[in-house]
Amino acid sequence: MSRKVKLHRIAHARAGDKGNTSNVSVWVYDPGDYPLVKAQLTAERVKAAFPALIRGPVRRYELDQLHGLNFVMEDALEGGVNTSLGLDSHGKSWSYLLLGLEIDVPENRRPD
Amino acid sequence: MLRLGCGAGFSSDRLEPAIDLAEKGKLDYLVFETCAERTLAFAHRDRKLDPKRGYNPLLPQRMRGVLPAARRNGTRIVTNMGVANVPAAVATTIAIARELGLKGLKVAAVLGDDVTDELGPDTPLFDHHGRTIREVGLPLVGANAYLGIDAILPALEAGADVVITGRVADPSLFLAPIVHRYGWRRDDWPALGRGTVVGHLMECGMQITGGYFADPGFKDVPRLADCGYPIAEVAEDGSATITKLADAGGLVSARTVKEQLLYEVHDPARYLTPDVTADFSRVEVRETGRDRVEVRKATGTERPPTLKVTVGFDRGYFAEAGVSYAGPNATARARLAAAILAERLDRHPEIRAERRIDLIGINSLHATAGASAPESEDVRVRVALRTADRSAAETMLWEVEALLCCGPAGGGGFRGQITPSVVTHSALIPRERVRTSVELMVA
Repeated sequence: MSRKVKLHRIAHARAGDKGNTSNVSVWVYDPGDYPLVKAQLTAERVKAAFPALIRGPVRRYELDQLHGLNFVMEDALEGGVNTSLGLDSHGKSWSYLLLGLEIDVPENRRPD
Repeated sequence: MLRLGCGAGFSSDRLEPAIDLAEKGKLDYLVFETCAERTLAFAHRDRKLDPKRGYNPLLPQRMRGVLPAARRNGTRIVTNMGVANVPAAVATTIAIARELGLKGLKVAAVLGDDVTDELGPDTPLFDHHGRTIREVGLPLVGANAYLGIDAILPALEAGADVVITGRVADPSLFLAPIVHRYGWRRDDWPALGRGTVVGHLMECGMQITGGYFADPGFKDVPRLADCGYPIAEVAEDGSATITKLADAGGLVSARTVKEQLLYEVHDPARYLTPDVTADFSRVEVRETGRDRVEVRKATGTERPPTLKVTVGFDRGYFAEAGVSYAGPNATARARLAAAILAERLDRHPEIRAERRIDLIGINSLHATAGASAPESEDVRVRVALRTADRSAAETMLWEVEALLCCGPAGGGGFRGQITPSVVTHSALIPRERVRTSVELMVA
């Protein structure tokens, strides 16, 4: 049995920008959750979750010793800080887009 | 042990904690990083309008704030606050030093990053599908190469108390003092990689001491209002401990360090700078005490043969305007306002392209991602427009303001502004085509 929790409950994240490429690093609070997140939060899943925003490829880099994943999303900033008409033209808040995704965790996982 | 502090991580960063660091940090060096890509393009515009401008507008306050303590404590200052006008920044600093009675203060200008004249119309832009400068079809504002430690070290060797640069790679501002102190070889790539990770961690200031981090109930930060800037204690082997002043707010933890480690990083094994191809992929971080985190095991390989160049173009104007609705049925009234605005603005052909309307409180930041709040009782209609035509920008502001009398009920709080717009792209230049120099002035 499993239940869904928002990634925000089990991980933290930070977004950065270079041109029209956004990167979001995701770090689990508890190293015990890293295998779950690594298995479920794939580059394909991130790309598929926001098709209108992330127009280019998504690559994922893994820092296993630090229990973190780095998502590099090309053509994902509405043109980037130069050309975006959005309020958040750096995509600073993209970290919380990813943290809004859900992860299946086993029912018997320790309580939050 | 070498002690480095960071007193600014971006152009508008806070001042008081930098003065605290200068006074109490027992620092060898205090670094101010204030130069983002767009900052530079805007600074080029400023300098064209007034040859005395084009450097960081907060430079006078920062220098007045920290120079006396830095002089007293033997702390040297390294900064890219020169932005697009290093000579004017140096002249201003010298004048301030004299005014403060800091006779004999040596201020160095690091020159050579402006490569506007080196680029031709056929230079390709690697972040723009290889299109050339000519194909962008916009007036060129200026082009600057990212310089590295090779440009900064001669200023330190000349004994400068204050080193002022324009465009340099952010980590190089920190790596140069480390290399200067420990005499590392310029091709000791693993050591330069270790020093670069220190610079990378420090360059955004409070982003490693609790800024850009707090998430109440999940990641709490003590006394964020008084958050301090970071200090790095760097050992001769390049390992380092990140910390802060004990009485400053904020925190340094494995989590704050990890988030910053990959900030604006793509492949962690290949972080390109003018100095080295740094490898952060096997970095280890360890909490060794309260607000103390040790960082080890960065490395590096040979530096790239080319330097990155930021090329700025004039893109006309960016106009933004808004009106707010609150209380019962606010969401419906805001939606109606957005709909009639779109209808009115569509009648102006010049306001159809590059326009966006958001409902702040319903869907704005994450609108393109498809996220939306169902209902809010405090909604702002926001219009953004980019245009080469100033009168189009003015027309847009007029139509938004007109909503006050000719829009839905209860609209208020109109604000509108028109600001210059720049676009930047990136090119590469062989490093031998970039000639740098240092000029020393004495107060």
